[in-house]
Parts: sequence; structure tokens; C-alpha cells
Amino acid sequence: MNLLLKIAFRNMLRNLRRSLMTGSAVAAGALSLLLFGGFAAYIFAGLETNNVQRIGHLTVFRSGYFLLGAGNPAAYGIDRYEDVMRLIERDPLVGPMINVITPTQSLVGIAGNFSGSVEASKTFLGTGLIPSSRERMRQWDEFRASAGYVPDRRMSDDDPSRGEIGVGLARVLGLCEPLGLHGCPALPAARPPSGGAAGATGAPQRELTELAARDLTTGAQGSNPSPQIDLLAATAGGAPNVVQLAVGGAEPQGVKELDDNFVAMPLGLAQLLVYGRGEHKATGIVLQLRRSEDLPTARARLTTLFKEKHLDLEVRDFGELSPFYGQVKSMFSAIFLFIALVMGVIVLFAVVNTMTMNVMERTNEVGTIRALGVRRAGIRSQFTAEGVLIGAIGATVGALLALAVASLVNHAGLTWIPPGNATAVPLRLDVAGRAALVGGAWLGLAIVTTLAALLPANRAARLPVVDALRHV
Amino acid sequence: MTAAAAANPAAPVVRLRQVARTYRSGTLEVPALRGISLEIPSHRFSVVVGASGSGKTTLLNLIGCIDSPSSGTVEVCGEDIAALPDDALSDFRARNIGFIFQTFSLVPVLSAYENVEYPLLLVGMPPAERRRRTLAMLEAVGLGAQARQRPNELSGGQRQRVAIARALVKEPQVVLADEPTANLDSATGASIIELMRRVQVQSRTTFIFATHDPQLMSHADETFVIRDGELVEQRQGDRR
Repeated sequence: MNLLLKIAFRNMLRNLRRSLMTGSAVAAGALSLLLFGGFAAYIFAGLETNNVQRIGHLTVFRSGYFLLGAGNPAAYGIDRYEDVMRLIERDPLVGPMINVITPTQSLVGIAGNFSGSVEASKTFLGTGLIPSSRERMRQWDEFRASAGYVPDRRMSDDDPSRGEIGVGLARVLGLCEPLGLHGCPALPAARPPSGGAAGATGAPQRELTELAARDLTTGAQGSNPSPQIDLLAATAGGAPNVVQLAVGGAEPQGVKELDDNFVAMPLGLAQLLVYGRGEHKATGIVLQLRRSEDLPTARARLTTLFKEKHLDLEVRDFGELSPFYGQVKSMFSAIFLFIALVMGVIVLFAVVNTMTMNVMERTNEVGTIRALGVRRAGIRSQFTAEGVLIGAIGATVGALLALAVASLVNHAGLTWIPPGNATAVPLRLDVAGRAALVGGAWLGLAIVTTLAALLPANRAARLPVVDALRHV
Repeated sequence: MTAAAAANPAAPVVRLRQVARTYRSGTLEVPALRGISLEIPSHRFSVVVGASGSGKTTLLNLIGCIDSPSSGTVEVCGEDIAALPDDALSDFRARNIGFIFQTFSLVPVLSAYENVEYPLLLVGMPPAERRRRTLAMLEAVGLGAQARQRPNELSGGQRQRVAIARALVKEPQVVLADEPTANLDSATGASIIELMRRVQVQSRTTFIFATHDPQLMSHADETFVIRDGELVEQRQGDRR
């Protein structure tokens, strides 16, 4: 073994320029794979962080809600959801894994702004939440992929009537100026009810205004300098209900469809809108875990727990609730695989070419050492070792270069807007600390170089000794 | 050497019976050896002579177990080489046969010491014994001071001395040398022949040469003359 490596190493140095060229190809392959892999890993971490901050790792729903509840969230409220939350928190396995557990209420309805100068309405997708829980969720950053936590003061547990909306919805409702939004066009002047699209919404708008005037409590009005919008929704019993929401601010949502429809409001207000004076329920119980790796365990345990307690509940993870995450992950994985294949083929040909030249140049040497008594397997091992050595050194150099480049990029202060994000985040290449990525790329290239070296090595081993000795 | 051969020191170390070797070049068949039979006793300094293309090298290749006959039998050290599979043949060569080539054929990335040590590694000799033997052999061929030098740092004569040391270090039954002095000037060639002769006497190894060199022929215990693939003459004691 010692002699094998000694000869391999010295032959590598003997053909230094050729070895350098081949090693460079392997190093370039490792560099490309690791930089892209590091970038993809950062994208995955960023997406996961974004999702986990927004919707947690797991959400408990009433069975059927995930597939059918979007049309009528109120019909899928979880009865006595606070008891369910306590049950989860007290579970000896899942309890310690939880960072935040919080109820949410999804709802759909019509949002209207009838502040005098503007009369506009728009359907909305609403979420009722507990502001302080949301703030704690936004601080989750297991992979250090967050742009940094900035407290959101647009909502507060102390103000049960203040919420926030998407920038798109603010635009449609004519709230750009009151909210101080830039690059946001003012609404065109309202048309008479008889003409155009606005006419179609004229009757509901009047009804909405009347309902708002009738149903709103005086305490919710006038105490807040924020612009007010009216939210109309059907209660669980089917009756129309209206609440008034003080808009604390508008936040871009990344996806236009969501941005044009998004309303976040305190849970109590959402429950008031959906359940009126009836029992307040929640459509979901969100669990944010301390560590993502606990997700499968927690999910399995919750499923078992609900079964044991005969609760008609189901558990979904953020990947199911946000298919975009899985799609982006699949896309980057496919690109990574494609790059790996291209690099693999380049390395394969580079090593085959080099080792074939080595075998041709040393055919006489092959004959000599075979005559001395080296077996075919010994010849095969000799040339394979040389290829593997070049590959291993090239891959190691490539990995070190990738770590250096990643470190440079990570400290350069570059930013970018990832898919699905509305704001820029730091550009990072997660190479350091990704042992599986670095080890996998290194091992993959080592395997490719081994296979590439085996072809010419096998040819050398099969040479008849006499023919090899005659070779000039 | 097999048990049978070892039991009888007078037994020939090489025995060929009706050995023919034909090479194919496309559809053309080229006979290199045509039914040669000969025996070479042990501890001899034997020479195979003949014109270029007469079949000398083919004969040495067969005796060296790096080629196989088209027909007939080749016994070396009592072993029928045709019966041995490739790995066994490699092991047989590693133990019993030393080669000295016209072009020295040293491993260029190994030092003189490492080249001489190489055959001992193949037979799995313990390190201490390996080192002792290697250094002794390098001293015997007058290259103790050049042990660390690579082949490209040695003269032609020194390289051939390394090759001789490499062939003899494992104390083989047979040493085959194909035109060992062809690439050397006459003075160096003479010293190499003298060295081989001295080592052969000391080690009692059987040396078989293929050569055109009259100097080398003059040291032969016996000479085999080959012409057109046939043994045409076998004479004793060309040695003067």
C-alpha cells in the first residue's frame, strides 16, 4: 500500500503539468458544486425560516379543513381549542419541543373603505392571530438565515382592533396616502353607481356601510388615528357580520394574489367577526418548534395523541401548507443535480484522458513490473490510485477554495430578494458547516475519478506482458 | 522451485519439449519458434545466440513465463507454466525468475534502492531482512553510494547494475537477460559481464542470456544457437 501510494504520488509529480490540469478540472467541479450547493442550502434555509416564522412548523386543523375548509373556514373551527393547546403543551414529548404555540382564525370576506373621500371594497383573506405570539415566531432563526428581527409595532395585544393589510389591498382600498405608502397610485374618482364595475359593488357597499354603522360598538371607533376599514364576513351561523379594523400599516406579501387580499387582525376581532357572540373557536393551532429536526417526531406524536383522545383533528406541516417551499426546493435540487452531472462528465473525461496518456507512456513500465511478478490487480490498483490521488487532491483544493469564496461572499454585504420574499436579505453561501454537502461533493468526485481511472487502469492490467515490454 | 525439482539438484531448471510459438498478425501467422526442445541445467551461465528475428527473445519470454507456447511444454523449476493461471504465474515469476532488460527498464520514479527493494516487497519479505538484502546487493554491484539516486541520475552502466541487483536480490532460480550489454559501451559492457559472472558464481543462479555480444558469448557455460525459430546447435563451454 505504501509503495502503491509512493509510486502514485511520484508519478503525479512527474507529470506535474498534466496532473495540475486534471486536478484543476476536479477542483473546478468541486468549487462549482459547493458554491451552488451552498447557495441552494441557504435558499432552503431562508425559505424554511420564512415559512416557519410565518406559519410555524406544524398546524393542527379540524379534520377536513386542509382540503375543504378554504371555502368556509368558520365551519371548521376547533372546539375548545384552548384545551387542545393545553393538551399539546403538557405532552411530555412534544411540550419541550415547542417554541410557540398559538391559535389562528382564517376567514374570508369583504373589506371596505368608506371614509368619505373614498368608497372602495375588495374581497379579503384574513388571519386572526395573537400579535405577541406572532412576534415571538418572527424571532425564530435556527439557521441564521433571517434578515434580522425588526419588531413589528403595527399590531399589539393591547389594541384588539388594530391590524395590518397587504400593500396591494391598501392600494385597492385607496389607503396609500393615509398609510404613507410610496409608489402607490391614488384610486381613480368614484363613478356613478349605474355605470361600470363600481356599479356592481354599489349595493353591497351600501349594505356594508349600513351594517358597519349598526353593528360596530362605539368603543372601537374614533380612538385610533389609523385609517379604518370595515370587514364583512358571514358568521358560522350564516348571518352577515361586520367589524371595523384600524389599519396599523401595510406589508408587501411577496405574491401579488396574497398582497391584494391579505388582512391580519387580532384573534379576538377575527373570532368576533366569524363567531359573533357564540363560542369562539380557532381554525388552526400553530406550533413553532425550537428545532426543525423535531418536526417528524412532533407530528407523529400529535397524530397519535389526537387518536388516543378521540379528537377529530389533523396535523399538517409547513411544506404542505406552503407548496411553494417544496417547489423551489425541487427546482434547486434539480439544478444542483444537473450541475453535478455536467461536472461529473467533465471530470470523468479529464481523468480518463490523463490516465490513458499515463498508461500509454508507461506501457513498458507495466510490462517490466508485470515481469517482476506484479499481478494484474496490482497494475489496476496502481493506476487507479494515481487517478484517485489526483481526484482527491483536486476535490480537496476545490473544497478549500469554495470555503474561501463563500467566506468572501458572506462578508461582502451583498443582498438579494429570494423567491416569495418582499424584502432583500443578505446573500450568503452556506458551505462552511455543511458537512454533508462538502463530504458528499468530495466523495462524489472521488467516486467519479475512481471510475474514470479504472477504465485505463483496467486496460493497462489486461495488456499481455510481452506486448507491453515491446511497446516503445 | 517445486519439491520434486528441489529434491534433485541435477534436474534441469528449464526444460522445453517441442515448443512452438506462432504469432498472428491479422490473418497472417508468423512462426517464431518451431518445435524447440532443450534442457538447461541449474547453476549455469547459458547463452542463446542467433540473428535478429531468429526467436531468441521469444524463447526467453517463454522461459520467463511472460508468454505461453502455442504448442509443446515449458517447464521452469519443475513447473509446467501452461498449467498455471495468470496470478499464479505472476507469483511464480516473483519468486523464481529475475529479468535483466536491454533498456534496463527501471521504475523511473523509484530510487536505486527502491528499485532493488521492489521484488522483495512482492514476495512479502519482512522490512529488516528486505533492507539488509537490498543494501548488500547494492554494495555487491558497486552502487552503495548511489542508493538514493533515481535512474535518470545514473549512467547507463549504473542503471544496468541496478537492474542486475534487482534481478538477483530475491535470489531467483533463473535470471533471464535479453541483450543486457547492447546499450552499453564495450568497457562498461565488459564490467557488467564480469559482474554478472561473479554474482552467478557466488549465488549459483542459472543465467540465461540472449545476445549478439561476443564478449558475453565467451563467458558461456553452454551456447544454444537458434536460426529461424529452430535450435540448430548446442555446444558446451564457449568460455575461454
